[in-house]
Amino acid sequence: MPLTDSAAAVSLRNIAITFGVKETGYRAVAAIDLAVRPGEFIAIVGPTGCGKSTLLNASAGLLKPSEGEVAIFGAPLTGLNRRAGYLFQQDALMPWKTALQNVAVALEPKGVPAIEAREKARDWLRRVGLSAFVDRYPHMLSGGQRKRVALAQMLIRDPEILLMDEPFGPLDAQTRQIMGNLLLDLWAADRKAVLFVTHDLEEAIALADRVVVMSAGPAARIIGEFPISLPRPRDIAEVRLEPAFHHIHKEIWARLRTEVQKAYAQGEEAML
Amino acid sequence: MKRIKLLAFQVAVAIAFLLLWHVLTTYPILAPVKQSQFFFSNPIDVFVRVGREFASGEIWRHLGITLLETILAFAFGAAGGILFGFLFARRELLAAVFDPYIKAANALPRVVLAPIFALWFGLGIWSKVALGFTLVFFIVFFNVYQGVREVSPVVLANARMLGMNERQLLRHVYWPAALTWMFSSLHTSVGFALVGAVVGEYLGSSAGLGYKIHEAESVFDVTGVFAGMLILSIFVILIDMMVTAIERRLLVWRPGSPTSGQG
Repeated sequence: MPLTDSAAAVSLRNIAITFGVKETGYRAVAAIDLAVRPGEFIAIVGPTGCGKSTLLNASAGLLKPSEGEVAIFGAPLTGLNRRAGYLFQQDALMPWKTALQNVAVALEPKGVPAIEAREKARDWLRRVGLSAFVDRYPHMLSGGQRKRVALAQMLIRDPEILLMDEPFGPLDAQTRQIMGNLLLDLWAADRKAVLFVTHDLEEAIALADRVVVMSAGPAARIIGEFPISLPRPRDIAEVRLEPAFHHIHKEIWARLRTEVQKAYAQGEEAML
Repeated sequence: MKRIKLLAFQVAVAIAFLLLWHVLTTYPILAPVKQSQFFFSNPIDVFVRVGREFASGEIWRHLGITLLETILAFAFGAAGGILFGFLFARRELLAAVFDPYIKAANALPRVVLAPIFALWFGLGIWSKVALGFTLVFFIVFFNVYQGVREVSPVVLANARMLGMNERQLLRHVYWPAALTWMFSSLHTSVGFALVGAVVGEYLGSSAGLGYKIHEAESVFDVTGVFAGMLILSIFVILIDMMVTAIERRLLVWRPGSPTSGQG
């Protein structure tokens, strides 16, 4: 398969990541080849602890792969990935700044004047539905609202690549759906390349153009890629009811199930 | 309702204490009145003395000097503590090299330094400021050091992914984190600045609350000592209230702060 592509927004070439000493350390992922095309929404699913987030961190430049190469729009990645925005699973907002300050500060590294940054931040908070909460500090917001602020903070910089690490993981089911739809709406406006990590297969299918399945760790690999041809625009809640959705879900789950069972068995073994 | 009840109990404790003190020093129950008054004075005498001190206006000068020393000791100590806390937290090697010396310096009881400071800086306010400084510096230093080192790695990674350089990280992440820790130790450090000032005055000076207490002690004027202690306590409570007000203003963003609206 011609997976690596010089025109790709993100291309991972033969990536392996080992934590600790090379020979004896924990080999999280191995022989990963993956390319995200511009405008493409890729979701990575896999059993817990398979190294999905590790791949994301490698794409962000937060983690240097032990082997292989990360290329961003054809150029090898050194240091942090300046063309990407990152949405973390955990709370990553600055707790001492209000929602508005948190979003506005994201423009400071770009040299945008403070007043203009505030205006833009206000506009972004409106787009994520938080107009009434601009002056709240993060602890005064709910988990879903904090994620909206984080989303605005990431998008206001207009990054070409969006990296998301189970961003809606800590939220309740309904909030997840609302956030998923919000993300799709915002993404549809200017289709960035997205690498979205999740353990929720339904979420992956509902959001993505392509679902990538990883095997159980250690030395997790990509064991399947499934194009999702469901029409857009999609509604996260409604798309799940379509027969095509069930069909693709069944197909991917058949591939994923053995890996989940493997990961589970490994867990059991470790317990014994 | 609950607040009023609590306040009532608090006042009751004070009244009971004063009453016990008054009865034991006015009637020959445990010892002859003269003897118990010599050692423990009498609450009414103490209040009268405090009233006279304020009425004559004499005490204001001493209060002013102690306040000035406290403020200066706090300002210098906090500035030094923040500067070095930052420096050491960001420069691992520096922290490792100086670690034993900082621990040794902090372990030293500061009272032994008072005569040295009197020798170096004279009997004026600066020897007291120096003593307060050595107390405040270490509290702020350790807190800022901890604060900078314990910045959430996720918040930091996020800020870096937003493209912040070292200077911007310092301004938007490290500095607020360090200040939080400094403010959380504000009560302690202001308290210690005052301790430094009063102990310094007590050990050698010609003005200030510590001097007043020492002066009374040297002539076995127990009423004067207790009056000085009472004034000092009121002074401490007032300063603490001010600190609380400042803290509320500066830490509005913190969970559990009084103005934080919802949960």
